[in-house]
Amino acid sequence: MCDNISIDDRYHRLDNYIDSLTYKKENLIGILHYAQELFGYLPDDLQWHIAQKLDIPSAKVYGVVSFYSFFTMKPRGKHVINICMGTACFVRGAEKLQAELEKQLGIKTGQTTKDNLFSLDSLRCIGACGLAPVMMIDGKVYGRLHDPEEIRQVLAEYRPNGMLDARGVILETRTSDPEPTRCDI
Amino acid sequence: MKLKNTDALIALKVQNRILLETRRVTNPVTTKNARGMERHVLVCGGPGCHSSGSPGIAKLLEEELTRQGLSEQVKVIQPGCFGFCEKGPMIEIHPDNTTYCNVSADDVATIVNEHFIQGNQVEGLLFMDPNTKKRFSSDLPFYDGQLKIALRNVGYIAPEDILEYIAADGYQALAKVLSMNPTSVIKEIKNSGLRGRGGGGFPTGLKWELTRKSEAKQRYIICNADEGDPGAFMDRSILEGDPHSVLEGMLIAGSAIGSNHGFIYVRAEYPAAIHRLQVAIIQAQEYGLLGKGILGSDFCFDIELKYGAGAFVCGEETSLIHSIEGARGEPSVKPPYPAQKGLWGKPTCVNNVETFANVPPIILKGAEWFAGIGTEKSKGTKVFALAGKVRNVGLVEVPMGTTLRQIISNMGGGIQHDKAFKAAQTGGPSGGCIPTKYLDTPIDYESLAAIGSMMGSGGLIVLDEDDCMVNIAKFYLEFTVDESCGRCTACRVGTKRLHEILTKITEGKGTEDDLDKLEILGKIIKDTSLCGLGQTAPNPILSTLEYFRDEYLAHVVDKTCPAKVCKSLLKYYITDKCKGCTLCTKHCPANCITGTAKERHVIDEERCLKCGACMEHCRVAGAIIHN
Repeated sequence: MCDNISIDDRYHRLDNYIDSLTYKKENLIGILHYAQELFGYLPDDLQWHIAQKLDIPSAKVYGVVSFYSFFTMKPRGKHVINICMGTACFVRGAEKLQAELEKQLGIKTGQTTKDNLFSLDSLRCIGACGLAPVMMIDGKVYGRLHDPEEIRQVLAEYRPNGMLDARGVILETRTSDPEPTRCDI
Repeated sequence: MKLKNTDALIALKVQNRILLETRRVTNPVTTKNARGMERHVLVCGGPGCHSSGSPGIAKLLEEELTRQGLSEQVKVIQPGCFGFCEKGPMIEIHPDNTTYCNVSADDVATIVNEHFIQGNQVEGLLFMDPNTKKRFSSDLPFYDGQLKIALRNVGYIAPEDILEYIAADGYQALAKVLSMNPTSVIKEIKNSGLRGRGGGGFPTGLKWELTRKSEAKQRYIICNADEGDPGAFMDRSILEGDPHSVLEGMLIAGSAIGSNHGFIYVRAEYPAAIHRLQVAIIQAQEYGLLGKGILGSDFCFDIELKYGAGAFVCGEETSLIHSIEGARGEPSVKPPYPAQKGLWGKPTCVNNVETFANVPPIILKGAEWFAGIGTEKSKGTKVFALAGKVRNVGLVEVPMGTTLRQIISNMGGGIQHDKAFKAAQTGGPSGGCIPTKYLDTPIDYESLAAIGSMMGSGGLIVLDEDDCMVNIAKFYLEFTVDESCGRCTACRVGTKRLHEILTKITEGKGTEDDLDKLEILGKIIKDTSLCGLGQTAPNPILSTLEYFRDEYLAHVVDKTCPAKVCKSLLKYYITDKCKGCTLCTKHCPANCITGTAKERHVIDEERCLKCGACMEHCRVAGAIIHN
């Protein structure tokens, strides 16, 4: 997701993209992918905007957004964790991994942490079955995750220095500062 | 750079043969003698190895080789998946044909020093057979019995270099086809006996013929790269490791059918595959192998990428077509079949990635060669993604007719931790579970269907004594309920009811009547669903009911889970080994454990939540157990 550009700019980029396409209506899914990449999620007013631009009913856009699991209408956290719940991972302990992540993050699958740092979701098979059980954070794959400590360390890579984890434990910082800085969550 | 004709293509191939000369030599030299020769180091870039850091290892190798002044002599290449995912990250060194397993960043300096400079193999990194303890530097037992046709180039060539593909006879089949009559091409594919590798098993040649026969000014070719079966990564490996083979297959289909536009529908969960395809398409366009007047003929063909968005049902061809049209991926009634009326109402041929990958070798080596491999009705080879409780998880390609036992015991190395084999699940959520008594079934479309399963796309999940078959059936139904498009009542409502009954059973509230309900309802859903998803959704239940009825009965009659998986059916109790340390009482969320210090504690079964927290925290072995 692009963090540093304004909403107006994002709409501008989206409109340019749609204008560049020869066939617009047929490329609805491609357009939604592009929009979600820009905005992070697909709220009502964005769907309405796309419907207007493509000259199709907004109900059609909503029908497509709600059908495909890749698209979300809720804002996601800064980092999206996807647990693979494919059969190979399931058989090698994906449910335990899921339980451990829910415990460490203090949220259930489908939710976002209060500080908006992590969203936890599941998906079906990313094709890295050799490393089962697997999770993906922002597209990066982590495999063979059985040890809770290992999981904690992987999550720590994504936390800014000194943040508390779900249990209120200050994690090790990566700077040489002797005193970690506490962030208000 | 556009190739003007076939001669130009052949010239380019000859010119670039040198790229591959050092790899796969017929007579490998020894590691000592290989010093001073040109060397290739192949670092496996398959999904598993990639995620375990193989690009980093490749980079470190390059840096260390440069430091030692060897960068001119030793070339580091990152091809696709070697197939032996369990032992990754893996590297292969040529021309001495040495394979190293479980390579880490720390091993790089040793490899460069010992292997390249001293000329000695690094013993500790060679594959070791867990039973015989014998070390193998090449010809690993994992590859015995395999025959790579669809995967011929995967793990061998650099996927982002079209010249390596051309050097490996790439696009020669296309050149041959352009000089053939389209009906002869179709006849060749028909005679080969190639059947759809996505799971349907429909004869490919026949599908091409039917599409060609449909009168229309425009026809389309679609490659179904929406590999949605959980546990399957065959297509992913082909797309990432040898994308040009898919493009060439589509070009040949286009020429034979009379189409000049193709689409590859690839799932959004495969960003690496998407990238490789984008690179391959651009390169093919640069060389004039896509676009107008290909190789000097009047054949024109373009390929466009379309992305899925996380809907399993879009693997079904009519749903896929609707998705390309920008709509919800809901299937339509067949007939009319896509070959008659498909994308935008035009005749459309939808084939799977692996099917297309098989086409160029069939054209080059002939239908007879292909038909000579496999069984009477299932010709050629099939790629399987072997996963689950086997020792060697990975990708294998075997001739049809190979038995399940050979795949699981020989290539798979048997069951992890010496546990007992219970079942092999093939066909993903559409397939069934195959018990021990059918392990010697030769794999082919008909024989797998006869025992209540199906070939499917190639996912092969191995289950052991610790897996509960009722829970596995429930897992598959959870998936199907989620993925049902909702269009027809039978699937939308039926699968939900099936899932509810299974949940009831795993929670200890099921009855024998429920087993009958599962069977009757399952059969109704099979008969009345609109598409393949619904028609095959009950298969995991029906096959587990047939072969593992005892386990279901244990759940509903005895209220136990023999595999000790279904939490609600576990009975926890404290044995006389208990030392009375009271630790468990502190962790029990239901406060159902009573006992005084130094006395054996007792769990109140009625109030026990079966969470297992007591057992998890108990420090005395055997003090708390469950049945």
